[in-house]
Amino acid sequence: MLLEVRDLRVEFRTRDGIAHAVNGVTYAVDAGETLAVLGESGSGKSVTAQAVMGILDMPPGRITGGRVLFRGTELLTLKEDERRRIRGAAMAMIFQDALSALNPVLTVGDQLGEMFTVHRGMSRRDARAKAVELMDRVRIPAAAQRVRDYPHQFSGGMRQRIMIAMALALEPALVIADEPTTALDVTVQAQVMDLLAELQHEYRMGLILITHDLGVVADVADRIAVMYAGRIVESAPVHDLYKAPAHPYTRGLLDSIPRLDRKGRELYAIKGLPPSLLRIPSGCAFHPRCPMARDVCRTDVPPLYEVNEQRGSACHFWRECLDG
Amino acid sequence: MAEPILEVCGLVKHYPLTRGVLFKKQVGSVKAVDGVDFTLAAGETLGIVGESGCGKSTVARLLCNLERPTAGEIRYRGEDITKLSGRALKAVRRNIQMVFQDPYTSLNPRMTVGDIIGEPYEIHPEAAPKGDRRRRVQELLDVVGLNPEYVNRYPHQFSGGQRQRIGIARGLALRPEIIVADEPVSALDVSVQAQVINLMERLQREFELSYVFIAHDLSIVRHISDRVGVMYLGRIVETGTDEQIYEYATHPYTQALLSAVPVPDPEAREHRRRIILTGDVPSPTNIPSGCRFRTRCFKARERCALEVPALEVPPVFRCTPGPAAHDSACLFASTEPV
Repeated sequence: MLLEVRDLRVEFRTRDGIAHAVNGVTYAVDAGETLAVLGESGSGKSVTAQAVMGILDMPPGRITGGRVLFRGTELLTLKEDERRRIRGAAMAMIFQDALSALNPVLTVGDQLGEMFTVHRGMSRRDARAKAVELMDRVRIPAAAQRVRDYPHQFSGGMRQRIMIAMALALEPALVIADEPTTALDVTVQAQVMDLLAELQHEYRMGLILITHDLGVVADVADRIAVMYAGRIVESAPVHDLYKAPAHPYTRGLLDSIPRLDRKGRELYAIKGLPPSLLRIPSGCAFHPRCPMARDVCRTDVPPLYEVNEQRGSACHFWRECLDG
Repeated sequence: MAEPILEVCGLVKHYPLTRGVLFKKQVGSVKAVDGVDFTLAAGETLGIVGESGCGKSTVARLLCNLERPTAGEIRYRGEDITKLSGRALKAVRRNIQMVFQDPYTSLNPRMTVGDIIGEPYEIHPEAAPKGDRRRRVQELLDVVGLNPEYVNRYPHQFSGGQRQRIGIARGLALRPEIIVADEPVSALDVSVQAQVINLMERLQREFELSYVFIAHDLSIVRHISDRVGVMYLGRIVETGTDEQIYEYATHPYTQALLSAVPVPDPEAREHRRRIILTGDVPSPTNIPSGCRFRTRCFKARERCALEVPALEVPPVFRCTPGPAAHDSACLFASTEPV
């Protein structure tokens, strides 16, 4: 297994108390596989990724438990300089907002080239040549001229391509993409997702795609992990999940998508609001919003039940949910 | 079709680009809206879709008279409102209200919810007598599904979805006939979007509202709209009923836009045909000659650079009544994208 996250727990100290952002997350990605981590804002999907990458702000963040194994090596106990050697070279991250993730006062050529001077000890000239090659690779027109341009001189879609180029520069084994196309328009989003899928296939990378968009997941993912209030509530191969969700939250999300046959009728809406991480409900965190909730849901935290070898659901009544 | 409540003809908004500080000189203009026509019938929802920078938000601001158009007319019940001022303008504004995209920045953080929703009554005191306002505000909170006891709370005490409900309540306060909603749900979480859409549909029935619903999410627009207009670089390129646009699109831009939307069904992955457009949207300061979409169009020919296609039923469909016969600004309009 390329990456294994086991029972990861992260909390944040805030003025109002401790925010439990990640409460025991377990997932795994293999080489060449795409795992989609789906969740709404505050579900802990990005915090999990930051902890895996080792870029969590500590403090206020704190990892209170769990393991992160990359090719069998425990990352959480590594020294910072050892971690830095892995980060960027063996695992890389693509951020949502390329404009704020890129350095505005350095040319894109310098920023791309830095990957090679820092990690590979190349000369500046060789690194510059590599940068042009990479920009070509992600299909930026006139790469040789544009390598001297600054991030603000590129359009949103082109900037996201530069982010992808930077992430893939050292051919990492694992890429975490945090909402890589959310800031882009649909026609540009399609271009960027296609490019990412193509490069992933070529390099046989493991890809963790963090998103809130059920459409994007259906388009590219192999497996999906649905997060709610810092936990994985359902994990399944993507075809199985869309066919028959085994958790009422997943079912609610799928049902609330506007579809042709529901036009003119009321959309299904999950009642209530996502919980505050300062006050996560007792038992199953989803119970105040769940149409199937019973007494046991208020008291007992559901484990991730095994639905079959490939699927898990953190619902006491997953069988009922699966049957519709 | 019912009698139009709003008619927009040749609407244009250009923003000047200037150079120099003391001796300002105009060096060009941003053509944000560059000739838009549509009508809105009473009780109907017109959806406007388009990518960022296409001018859809500028259209919204023009409709609410927050900005003056460079040219063109907006007729509300037959009267052009773009040249109104003073009392006449104020009277019209009462009937056209706006709901904004961002529920975080569109509510004043230092005002209580009661003051925010009641503020329209300060400006239009004739709408509600002073003693009656608090009761009206509480009624409005109830109508949008919030606890009426929350009148003294501040916006930061609410979630995004709840704030958007506050924004909608403010829009309803003066009992307008038209609500212009500019991306009202795109800042909200998926599970909350459906709640707000349902609320807007319920309010439309209850208060007989007409909506101009602006969004970039095509599936939500289809769900809520009776008719849809597709905008590209300051113009509407295709317009029709939701079925005409979504099932029988004849403009290549609409076709590309629809094909690019990720479908939440993994089974569709294998046999979808996706049109990937090349390049980015051109700058609105420098709009291509002829058809403005031709630089990205997979069908573009020489003629497209020379002729500006009009927004009308394309000649090929004129004699064949059917869903394909709707307004589409393309010289080579066809329901087949290839």
